[in-house]
Amino acid sequence: MAKHPVSLTVNGDEHDLLVEPRKTLLAILRDTIGLTGTKEGCSTGDCGACTVIVDGKAVTSCMVLGVTASGKEITTIEGLASDGELHPVQQAFINTGGYQCGFCTPGFIMASKVLLDENPDRTEEEFRHALGGNICRCTGYTKILEAVLEAAEEVRTTA
Amino acid sequence: MKGFEFFEPTTLAEASQLFAQEHTQLLAGGTDLVIGMKALTEAPQSVISLQKIPGLAGVTTEADGSISVGAMTKVREVELSADVQKHHTALAEGAAEIGSIQIRNLATIGGNIAHASPAADTVAGLLVADAQVDIASADGERSVSIDELFTGPGQTVLTPGEIIIRFRLPSPASGSHYIKHKIREVMDLAFIGVAAAVNLDNGTITDARIGLAAVAPTPIRATEAENLLRGNELTSELLQQAGEAAAAASSPISDLRCSAEHRREMVDVLTRRTLQGAVARA
Repeated sequence: MAKHPVSLTVNGDEHDLLVEPRKTLLAILRDTIGLTGTKEGCSTGDCGACTVIVDGKAVTSCMVLGVTASGKEITTIEGLASDGELHPVQQAFINTGGYQCGFCTPGFIMASKVLLDENPDRTEEEFRHALGGNICRCTGYTKILEAVLEAAEEVRTTA
Repeated sequence: MKGFEFFEPTTLAEASQLFAQEHTQLLAGGTDLVIGMKALTEAPQSVISLQKIPGLAGVTTEADGSISVGAMTKVREVELSADVQKHHTALAEGAAEIGSIQIRNLATIGGNIAHASPAADTVAGLLVADAQVDIASADGERSVSIDELFTGPGQTVLTPGEIIIRFRLPSPASGSHYIKHKIREVMDLAFIGVAAAVNLDNGTITDARIGLAAVAPTPIRATEAENLLRGNELTSELLQQAGEAAAAASSPISDLRCSAEHRREMVDVLTRRTLQGAVARA
């Protein structure tokens, strides 16, 4: 099968690649570019571990064919910190211990980051609902939610 | 996932010609197709992306008040559109019920409908909006009413090469409401989905439309229940009759999710609830 040229901007870096159409964006990020912070959980879009930000929107990268992401701007967990400073969501997950095995953490952080960009004034119930596409197999949801609420508070007060 | 040739046409005519060939699949948001290809339930030789064809995405309000929703519009955009929320509330509510935010940022309304699942969350809202489905092919365009689109589970009247390009929603109802019967708050498939839309004139129902999903081989309108409602005020007795008529119109199956009896009973319950919701908003 013919390979296709794909240009991705990932965390600000441009990558010009030649990829098989059946490669998912997730596979390209992990296997081709080597950014293994984004995790593959269920591979069917149900668990949210593979969440990355494409043109400002959170998406499950296991459902995206890499060829369709050409020309788009992608942010992964590796690109969230700037100048050595963690993003408030990352810091809040550390402060509250919002992880157990850590496998779902990058997905939760990326999904939460967009929610805070859009509207940090959500209620706890609204955050719960909006994060419904992210599953924590360890079931550590209480601390995860604490982290998101703490980060929301941080974003509100520094805005 | 098996290998395939990938095409990104920039015109509908080109896309239609490619799609008229055998062993091809259209790619819209990919949330059904990519998962199907991973599971090998789909193994097309060619995948034709609609992403590069201009003019297929977006919600537009026309001068006459009707709303046009491009087939490639993301479900999340349908959900958040102020015009859809205001004039076709049931459709916005249905869009908000699909998957997660991450999935709604990828999935398109055209894909949700073309996939022809009887349980599609946007379908009941389109049924009660009396949506017209615009279809393009290399020969030109045609339109079918949404209630004539489906012929069975996964089956539509679309012929090889035909592509859904937009949904036109004529003059809005004064109130509408969609309820999905489910277990999980998000990321669940509908046991059943019910939408109701009404027009009211001084408390009298001048028009009523009820759409049912996941209770028959195709999504259906409960026309007998609608006829009972037209020209009347919504008394508790009429509400009960409408619920029973809608349940009688359904022909659900039993599966691992729930029994046919439960589904039929819930058609009755949710028809009453969605009608009350629609009237309250009207």
